[in-house]
Amino acid sequence: MEKKETLHRRDFLVRSLKVGAAVGVTGFLGWRFHDPEGPPGAQQEEDEVSLPDFSVPGMDRRLAVVRGEDRAATLELALHALGGMSAFVKEGDRVLVKVNAAFASPPILSATTHPALVERLVQLCFKAGAGEVIVTDNPINDPQSCFVLSGIEEAARRAGGRVIYPRSDLFQPTTLPGGRLIRSWPLLYGPFHGVNKLIGVAPVKDHHRSGASMIMKNWYGLLGGRRNVFHQDVHTIITELAMMVKPTLAILDGTTTMMTNGPTGGSLADLKATHTLIAGTDQVSVDAFGATLLDKTVLDLPFIHMAESAGVGTSRYETLNPTHLQVS
Amino acid sequence: MAIVTVRRISQVFFFLLFVWFSFVSTAGEEWWELRGWPANWFLQLDPLVALVTFLATFTFYAGLLWALLTILLTLVLGRFFCGWVCPFGTLQHFMGYWSGRFETLGHLQQKNRYHPYQVIKYYLLVFLLSMALGVALQKIIQAGLWTALLLYGGIALCLLLLFRETWLGEKKSKAIASVFFLAGASGLLAAFLQGGHRILASSVQTGLLDPIPLMHRSLNLFLFPVLGEPFRRGVVEPRLYEGAWVIGLIFVAVLLLCLKIPRFYCRFICPLGALMGILGKWALYRVGKTRVNCRDCSVCEAHCEGACEPMGAIRQHECVLCMNCLDDCHHGVMGYGTSRSLGGERDAPDISRRGLVLTVAAGVVSIPSMRLSGLLASNRDPHLVRPPGALREEEFLQRCIKCGQCMRICPTNIIHPGDFSHGVESLWTPVLNFRVGTSGCQLNCVACGHICPTAAIRPISLEEKLGEGRFADAGPVRMGMAFVDLGRCLPWTMDLPCIVCQENCPVSPKAIVVHEVFRPIRDPVHRVHSVMENDFIVVTLERLALQPARLATGDYYVRWVGEEARWRIQRNTEREIELVPQARGHISTQEGKEIEILVRLHLPQVDPHRCIGCGVCEHECPVTGKRAIRVTAENESREKRHSMILHGS
Repeated sequence: MEKKETLHRRDFLVRSLKVGAAVGVTGFLGWRFHDPEGPPGAQQEEDEVSLPDFSVPGMDRRLAVVRGEDRAATLELALHALGGMSAFVKEGDRVLVKVNAAFASPPILSATTHPALVERLVQLCFKAGAGEVIVTDNPINDPQSCFVLSGIEEAARRAGGRVIYPRSDLFQPTTLPGGRLIRSWPLLYGPFHGVNKLIGVAPVKDHHRSGASMIMKNWYGLLGGRRNVFHQDVHTIITELAMMVKPTLAILDGTTTMMTNGPTGGSLADLKATHTLIAGTDQVSVDAFGATLLDKTVLDLPFIHMAESAGVGTSRYETLNPTHLQVS
Repeated sequence: MAIVTVRRISQVFFFLLFVWFSFVSTAGEEWWELRGWPANWFLQLDPLVALVTFLATFTFYAGLLWALLTILLTLVLGRFFCGWVCPFGTLQHFMGYWSGRFETLGHLQQKNRYHPYQVIKYYLLVFLLSMALGVALQKIIQAGLWTALLLYGGIALCLLLLFRETWLGEKKSKAIASVFFLAGASGLLAAFLQGGHRILASSVQTGLLDPIPLMHRSLNLFLFPVLGEPFRRGVVEPRLYEGAWVIGLIFVAVLLLCLKIPRFYCRFICPLGALMGILGKWALYRVGKTRVNCRDCSVCEAHCEGACEPMGAIRQHECVLCMNCLDDCHHGVMGYGTSRSLGGERDAPDISRRGLVLTVAAGVVSIPSMRLSGLLASNRDPHLVRPPGALREEEFLQRCIKCGQCMRICPTNIIHPGDFSHGVESLWTPVLNFRVGTSGCQLNCVACGHICPTAAIRPISLEEKLGEGRFADAGPVRMGMAFVDLGRCLPWTMDLPCIVCQENCPVSPKAIVVHEVFRPIRDPVHRVHSVMENDFIVVTLERLALQPARLATGDYYVRWVGEEARWRIQRNTEREIELVPQARGHISTQEGKEIEILVRLHLPQVDPHRCIGCGVCEHECPVTGKRAIRVTAENESREKRHSMILHGS
């Protein structure tokens, strides 16, 4: 009996210790994770990113306008006039080419950057010594359909470039200092990893809401989220994009201009042969010249004036003494 | 090599082949994307798909002829498909094998004993096939009096057979009653069919349970999306499918049930297995006892996949040719050959005639009953927008097997499995949802119709879809039409510039036109203090009334009260407004006058002659919850009765 009694006591002590430990742990967990305030109303913010300045330091503003039908030829001549690709792309550079791949439509409809232009541009980047060339965009239509149907993917690959699709995990929020609209807004930042040169290449298109879609409007494709809300203030968003993105080079393709039904087009009847390619370092002047292909003036396109006022560039392209050339 | 090893190799091979074909079913040009891979091969081998669409349409569409091969081989070999080819069978087989590894022979024998409920699958098969019979019956009735009489005669004969016991009974009163009953029943039936044959209808519902569509559906809509489609190019956001969790739940539940009851689905539910069982009844080759020296040790029943009881009178229609009994028998009794089993055989499933007749009748009337809701008539659901090239709803339901291939191939992820809201028959059939996915229906894409194994969605050419070339007269293929919801549209109702829908409309000329209007903003009128003209015109107001830069977006204008001309605002502070000079006209105003501030708006309007219902506008509309522009099935090409406008195209 006594033996049993002893065992009983020991058993009680052991059990007490276990219960005590359980009570302690429970109490500790309750104290440790107690949240008397509830969650904050605002959503948790991710780490914000910002785009660096991609322009070549110390380079003056340059502009070249080349007439001709063959995009590869006009591009080469334009770059030659600007001092050669080697003035912009150096040995080992990582170049990002921001195309306009917005719509799933074939190259002949000119709603997207022409594949011939993409191919030659990527080739020239490599020729100048680029270590890697990335081609990207966040299109409006289905991305794969856009990159495939527009011929951009194949052209880029043929030239050795890498196409990056706008996967949702490649977006990170950004804020434009002093901006009203671009505040903690998702930016297609992933493809910019390790990139030190940025080339914008876009076709000249009619755009109903803003008047024209050219180089500055093309940066829209770097935004993610429900970016369509920005259409309520389209000129401001284009201006803010131009303030945010400082490219190495802007190439505006006016070989064929979409005069009507933009920015989607969809018919050859919407197009006009204008046989012009504009290349330069000042996106405002490039767009200002591009407007003439659409038979518009700077006054018709408020975003050009707004970008100029914001100090992005000049709309008076003549002041840059543009080189006018013709492909023979 | 042991025969079971060969069977396992075959199972693994066909399973991997199936997964591979499912995997490559993505639009693209790489070798591992859909470039001529026979992605539908398993569906085409499936005789149930061929049979049911044949019953409903009297045609074997394209590759469905492959089913003949399966049928021929089954007639010779037995249910080889179930045990050697079927990917769903293989999965279940594996689950059962896994759970049974450490169990005793006695327990396994218990698990693999025949269960009377295994007859359910035959009823399910008959029921599902009968649902497709309506059109055939209709045709027979329409074919004329003699054919109809023949039919009624047949039905009467069936009834006669059904009540044979009563008829042969001694009591005369019962016999007479039976004759009267037969006559009355056939008369009633005849009257019903002649008057009401118009409501007879066919619907293909085998896809609900047919294992091959079930496998495709489960992989396409559940397994691949859940795994994140790791190797699929062009997936920029996770693929979504409405209600896919139900499909996944069924898939997982069946596989888990196999831990308890091996090949649960094959034994109790599978209508394809039932069809194979009936065909296998006549098979030349069969499993059975080839020698008389059987000691009835029942080891052969321990691993029997079909639960066909090979030790006694083997149930040939349940045997899936797993060949485990051949492997297990230590006495060399079990064999596979042309002779019948020495232990006796049971050829036919235990279906009763009464049960059969009732099931056929239930199947035939089920579809007309379901259609009493009028969803195929005036009570149609306008949100039922089908992919481009989909047949008329009635014909569509006579073909669609709910395999989900169109949903997987769609590059934009807008094709979704339908729920019950479009009618019971439409469960898991393709329905477009423009709120999900990467865009609307892409103008230059016809992928869905080209992968559809049964042509429920026709394989239209791009030319036909766009209404070009020889299809110019017919016009483009319309899935429906977009309608602007004025109460939700930003420019229409809230004076906010937008027209995202118009810009994104892919049709040329655009199917959305805009009307330019200038509307006074809230508190629009201000008194002018002074006007100064330099490069620009600067208007100074009498009071600080404006929010700086608010009017500088390029969308705001000034009009002097009582005048016509408008001047665009370029910049503004609290008191000053800078205007862009106009080519024509000077400012003819002095101090003290009043100006009115206007906003320039483009009001979107759909052109019903041009809209194809592709839903790009709906997808892009910035009113993200319930969109301010939405597509419904109005004006869809596939159904003339749904056209809305007087002049077609």
